[in-house]
Amino acid sequence: MVKVALWGTLRQHADGQAEVEVQAANFKQLLDELATRYPGLKPQIKRGVSVAIDGKVYREAWFTPISPDSQVVLMPYMVGG
Amino acid sequence: MALDQPRKFKYVGTRPARPDGIDKVTGRAQYGNDITAPGMLWAKVLRSPHAHARILSIDTSAAEALPGVRAIVTGADFPPIEGDAGMRDVQLNCMATTHVWYEGHAVAAVAATSQAIANKAARLIKVEYEILPHVTDVDAAMAPGAPVVREGQTMENVPAGMSANVTYHSEFGHGDLAAGFARADKIIERNFRTAATHQGYIEPQACLASMTADGRGELWTCTQGHFYFRTACAAILGIEASALRVTASEIGGGFGGKTQVWAEPVALALSKKAGKPVKLTMTRDEVFRGTGPTVTTSITCKIGMTKDGRITAGEATLRYSGGAFHTGTCDMGAMAAFASYDLDAVRTYGWNVLTNRPKEISYRAPGAPQAIYAVESTIDELCQLLNLDPLDVRIKNAAKAGTKSSYGVVFEEMGLLAALKAAKAHPHWNSPVPEGASRGVACGFWFNFGGNTCVSLNIGTDGTVAVSEGNPDIGGSRASISLMAAEELGVPYEKVRTVIADTGTLGYNDNTDGSRVTFAVGLATIRAAQEAKKDMMRRAAAIWGIDAEAVEWVDGAAVPAGPNAGKFPPMTLAEIAAQSFQTGGPIAGHCDFQADGAGVSFGVHIADVAVDQETGKTKVLRYTVFQDAGKAVHPDYVEGQMQGGAVQGIGMALNEEYIYSDKGVILNPGFLDYRIPVASDMPMIETVILEIPNPGHPYGVRGVGETPIVPPLATLTNAISRGIGKRLYELPMSPPRVLKAIKGH
Repeated sequence: MVKVALWGTLRQHADGQAEVEVQAANFKQLLDELATRYPGLKPQIKRGVSVAIDGKVYREAWFTPISPDSQVVLMPYMVGG
Repeated sequence: MALDQPRKFKYVGTRPARPDGIDKVTGRAQYGNDITAPGMLWAKVLRSPHAHARILSIDTSAAEALPGVRAIVTGADFPPIEGDAGMRDVQLNCMATTHVWYEGHAVAAVAATSQAIANKAARLIKVEYEILPHVTDVDAAMAPGAPVVREGQTMENVPAGMSANVTYHSEFGHGDLAAGFARADKIIERNFRTAATHQGYIEPQACLASMTADGRGELWTCTQGHFYFRTACAAILGIEASALRVTASEIGGGFGGKTQVWAEPVALALSKKAGKPVKLTMTRDEVFRGTGPTVTTSITCKIGMTKDGRITAGEATLRYSGGAFHTGTCDMGAMAAFASYDLDAVRTYGWNVLTNRPKEISYRAPGAPQAIYAVESTIDELCQLLNLDPLDVRIKNAAKAGTKSSYGVVFEEMGLLAALKAAKAHPHWNSPVPEGASRGVACGFWFNFGGNTCVSLNIGTDGTVAVSEGNPDIGGSRASISLMAAEELGVPYEKVRTVIADTGTLGYNDNTDGSRVTFAVGLATIRAAQEAKKDMMRRAAAIWGIDAEAVEWVDGAAVPAGPNAGKFPPMTLAEIAAQSFQTGGPIAGHCDFQADGAGVSFGVHIADVAVDQETGKTKVLRYTVFQDAGKAVHPDYVEGQMQGGAVQGIGMALNEEYIYSDKGVILNPGFLDYRIPVASDMPMIETVILEIPNPGHPYGVRGVGETPIVPPLATLTNAISRGIGKRLYELPMSPPRVLKAIKGH
């Protein structure tokens, strides 16, 4: 299981939890599992999210591995100038 | 990939001449407007004079009858996009259909045999509007009863009962705010406002589009991302991406403003209809009215601090408007606001609000300058109220490796503390404030990212190296990429040439944005060079008749790896390349990947200013920028980014703003009335590059392009406020606004 930190406005769709535990070995599995267990997250996932794994931010990269002890933070899709 | 020992570089870190320099100073460089084609037509876009209206009818008959007119397009010529709301917004922004949502919104376009005929024809198009109520102010747009810009845009995260203009809400942070504020000796809450500002690139949007009868197209355009432009244009026109080849011209500035299409789909649609190439070049007036500025904002910031300068809690509410379209910029601001600080209790709230303004597009660190302006101003005011040194307070609270950031990520190695300490030790900070002047300081932050990247590196038979990459060169990246290729291969910089490939010849590359190119394309180039080196070592081994594993690469040549490998003289890259036809054919390296591990970026700025008490005009006397570059590949360009970003931030702070009439019409769409800083306004911007290696890059490189625009807003606010003895809470601090504060009315 991987602990995933959610930003504030997502928590209302995850039973108010700031952190949820999901079974996922990579970014794609993480998104799929989140969308399945918490359907309220689907609109944001569809709009786009990034994920920070152990301090590194990934914008897409579905197959980025996640280990059970990774520090995982869901973030909005990053944009820049 | 962490760097245990500082690496010694031969080429990286030097300052060779830029490869595009001669062409640019002699006028030979080909910019967007320089491209022409036989039989080319000229285009003109007709734009809405109203801030908000329903389009009742468009009569093009008089324009069509004008001799020389070859094609006219309106919103009806673009197939509706289903499913992708973001791309549908891009399409609707390029050409209105049922409504116009801001003054300057495109409603029709003409292609004709001359620019004069196109301009005249555009004036002959009759559009019947039903004018609707409008709103351009972000706070007014959030108020109950505000004119509704667009119905049905509210997302699932917005609480019920708010104005229909509020489309999106986000929240970030951690810890117990109430407990944090309870520990504070002083708490202040302040409201800030910032104006929309434009990127102000010198070169207006310009393109040449050519669609042929078989449905294929070519597009030459000034862009920060021709691969995304291909994607967007194909989606908007309803064609396959492979049917369109896009070539990036040289670019006369972008700063984020050329990461989105405006003119290109329109030019392609006109070309498709006319069966001729079409050139579309915006005027400066159109650039202001029709392309994206920054968000306009209203921000509330509350911070608690102990008597000895420890921040106990921070809270900020960011109300951002990116015009009549959804934007996620409030997310970026809300995540960035307190990123410079190690806080136990922090919360930020982002709100996106629709107004009748042009569609916002990125401008260097989008969303961060405004949010950090509010935080850094509030901290500075607390320092004054508690009689604390503002630099010491920032050092005391600075985020560092291991800090849980305000947006949840735990930081790796980064250089904020090093920049703060460098600032504290610098002669600027330690010199007396000049008579009649005042001094300000502030921090800044940007995330940086990597992204989709593709590079091909070819070794010529004469021993020269050609690098093909897919990111338009805005800030000297071709030189930096060449330097990294030279470093990895061990050949002189002059032997490497880097070119920007078109969309038909290289895999997808993300935009030149997010401070990603030197990091991501550089990393891809290093990997491609390593692949080519591996091949060259294999060939040298075959020539020598030894195992490939017994060969290593030293200073631009294959050499036996130790005495047991045999005794052979070094075989240089040029020697191996000369024999490539006999040893297996062309030698090349390639890398396509998603670059991650970009590494966050921080900076610290110090400014000395003098305010004219009679006019309210601010003169910047001295300005110093401290920033962590990880490793400065070409220090000239790192310094250029630091200086350029600082000057643009100074422009945001002192003068730049979109000014609207009560009818929602922009009153200052030109550089005479929209005042950007020019060289004569500025002192020499001093730069101090810190090099705290990014563990995510083999040379330690971090992006540097965006962070330097962040601190100037608060740096100047803090300097001016201390100078005039009154706090300022609104940007720009133009002379009338400063004078009003001085005079007290």
